[in-house]
Amino acid sequence: MPRRPESGDPGTLIDVEDVSVHFELRGSSLARLLGRDTGSVRAVDGVSLRLRTGEVLGLVGESGSGKTTLGRALLGLVQPTGGHIRFDGEDIVGLNERALRRMRTRLQMVFQDPNAALNPAMTLVEQVGHPLLIHKLVRRPELRRHVAEAFERVGLAPAEQFLDKYPSDLSGGQKQRAVLARAIITGPTLLVADEPISMLDMSVRAKILQLMVDLKESLNLTYVYITHDLASAKFFCDRVAIMYLGRVVEIGPTAAIFADPKHPYTKALLAAIPDLDPDRSVPKDLPRGEIPDAAAPPSGCAFHPRCPAAFEVCGWERPDLRALLERHWASVPPDDYDRERRIVGDIAGLDEPGGPALLTPGSGSTAVAVGDLVDRLRSDTPDDPFWSGVAAVRNADAGVEVDFCDGEDPRLRRCGDVDVACHLY
Amino acid sequence: MDQDRRGAGDVVVSARDLRIWYGTERGPVRAVDGVSFEVRAGETLGLVGESGCGKSTLGRGLLGLLPDGAKMDGSLEYQGRDVLAMPTSRRAGLRGTDLAMIFQEPLTRLNPLMRISEHFEEALRTHLSGLDRPQARQRALAILRRIGIPPTRYRSYPHEFSGGMRQRLMIALALVLEPAFVVADEPTTALDVLVEAQIIALLADLRQQIDTALLLITHNLGIVAEACDRVAVMYAGEVVEIGAAREVFRSPQHPYTRELLRSTISLTTTGLNYIPGAPPDLVSPPSGCRFHPRCPDAMRVCPARAPRLRPTPVGSQASCWLHQGGGDVTDVDREPLEREEISSAEEA
Repeated sequence: MPRRPESGDPGTLIDVEDVSVHFELRGSSLARLLGRDTGSVRAVDGVSLRLRTGEVLGLVGESGSGKTTLGRALLGLVQPTGGHIRFDGEDIVGLNERALRRMRTRLQMVFQDPNAALNPAMTLVEQVGHPLLIHKLVRRPELRRHVAEAFERVGLAPAEQFLDKYPSDLSGGQKQRAVLARAIITGPTLLVADEPISMLDMSVRAKILQLMVDLKESLNLTYVYITHDLASAKFFCDRVAIMYLGRVVEIGPTAAIFADPKHPYTKALLAAIPDLDPDRSVPKDLPRGEIPDAAAPPSGCAFHPRCPAAFEVCGWERPDLRALLERHWASVPPDDYDRERRIVGDIAGLDEPGGPALLTPGSGSTAVAVGDLVDRLRSDTPDDPFWSGVAAVRNADAGVEVDFCDGEDPRLRRCGDVDVACHLY
Repeated sequence: MDQDRRGAGDVVVSARDLRIWYGTERGPVRAVDGVSFEVRAGETLGLVGESGCGKSTLGRGLLGLLPDGAKMDGSLEYQGRDVLAMPTSRRAGLRGTDLAMIFQEPLTRLNPLMRISEHFEEALRTHLSGLDRPQARQRALAILRRIGIPPTRYRSYPHEFSGGMRQRLMIALALVLEPAFVVADEPTTALDVLVEAQIIALLADLRQQIDTALLLITHNLGIVAEACDRVAVMYAGEVVEIGAAREVFRSPQHPYTRELLRSTISLTTTGLNYIPGAPPDLVSPPSGCRFHPRCPDAMRVCPARAPRLRPTPVGSQASCWLHQGGGDVTDVDREPLEREEISSAEEA
């Protein structure tokens, strides 16, 4: 096995270097026959990070951010399409199933939904002990004793009461304890926990999180904690990586990120957490819209269409003009919308990424009327970040052409104690 | 009754000693057991509690959406009319125009084969005869505008919308007939953090614009703090504390409310707290106060007699012997309850 003595820091357990996971889109059968490129979803796109032994790293983001895919790639459950993942110096990218299986006693996963993670037709002793048999760590006669030990560790005690039960006999919290028991039974080094508490009741979440803290200390575990919940990440993690559309947009020590969030997306996530203090009002400046389709990510910084602080170089393009028009039309009375909608022609062309954008007049309308509409939009929303990215608005024969400033893809850069991918820094 | 009315309007829904139970092989499950409250026009009442405490059953019962086999008893008045005495057909007629529900998972509640326009036109023209299609479109576009959905998407299909947009559509569909009472059952649980915050802000705006009474069922106490005027805390089928959200969160009077708040993980969490044990089986709930086996403040009176909702010094109401003094509770009653440790087998 290729060792990497130069991997530097001796405490590094996992070294993720420029890892990408792209999924091919199926497309139509004709396109496949003709060998056309049907595009791909960049679930994880060029992520680099390091995990030290004994550390808790949080992967935080909304659904579609790629956090789960990255977590699965760390365990070899998804094959990366590029980059390297070195576990204790050994690259697991490209390893065959046999070699991966050998490593999996040291790499384990805890899933979000304990109901789906447990087999309803197997008793707990069978399924929690299953990894021991698969990896030939324990002979069948000793299985019960080993499972009982793991149960005691995760608080399913007295274990004898639980061994022969089925998952349906357990409460949600107890099921998650059983899932944790199965994860620790092979004596792993790394546990990837994918939203381990988000399906649980509020009153149970703290119990399971406390159990994970206890297991970390007693078994000397290293965790990757995947979550959308910043509050539990703040409590549990040593370092946090904020992910958006397959990229890490900010990474650093938990204390630094929560004390002084740099990326506008991190700031937004923090502001959005519902606060128990009723005196704090609802934040009014939430980013608009939702995480976009990873098959067609926005150009430049992927967050720019939602970013309140976006400016010239963030990557403005045609779909942003469509979004601006739709925001405007969602704010005017239906009669105004009907009148204005007739001024411009088909706006489907604005869905194509890139620039410049051409707004054609609708039937019975003129290029001048389109120009007036664009002027009116601009004077109605002078502070919209969109306008900072507009280089020129030209009246052409076919309609109105909107030129955008050149965008640039921000790279992770050092800023104080953290690394952040944003043009502001 | 609690003093905090915040200038809210008329009572829209009033429940008195409401009970809902359904039969199982082991006996009747008393999912809702003697609950009383009212909701006023323009007011949002939050309903919180752990899973299995009866909040969803109560929400469905209020709209007459219980499954077959469930029975409801007590008194339920909607704008002064006795709902339980009505024939089923008249109760069903209230839904849509007067009562509406917002569900948790919007994708399963929208018809994938119908355009958004058809959803709205069907809802409007079923309930408001005489409305022609252009009028229906005008009303639908007006509500979509309030909800933040661009009119260019009016003819789209549900699958063309994102999760947050779909939930906005559900809210718009529930509100387009301007019902007087809406039940929202975990409306943001399936959504991402930012979208959840957007929807909460939207609900908070709407309650100021529209004079609807809203019952917001959630397990997320932060949402109640941000979006509700009043809050009712349910435990094992009973309301154990009810009052202005501000007061209840600032000084919770029932130990269950207090422990629930303490066990919530927030940005200010520095240590983990939790309530030992799990909510009881509602076929045979504990005697007296149902929370006593898990309560850190339990006294000798607690397993013996059930407390009633009584006003507390901060203006809320709580059903806890700690707040019921006078001749009701003797000094002996107030001695701490001695009990066995909760075995971890009962731990959730």
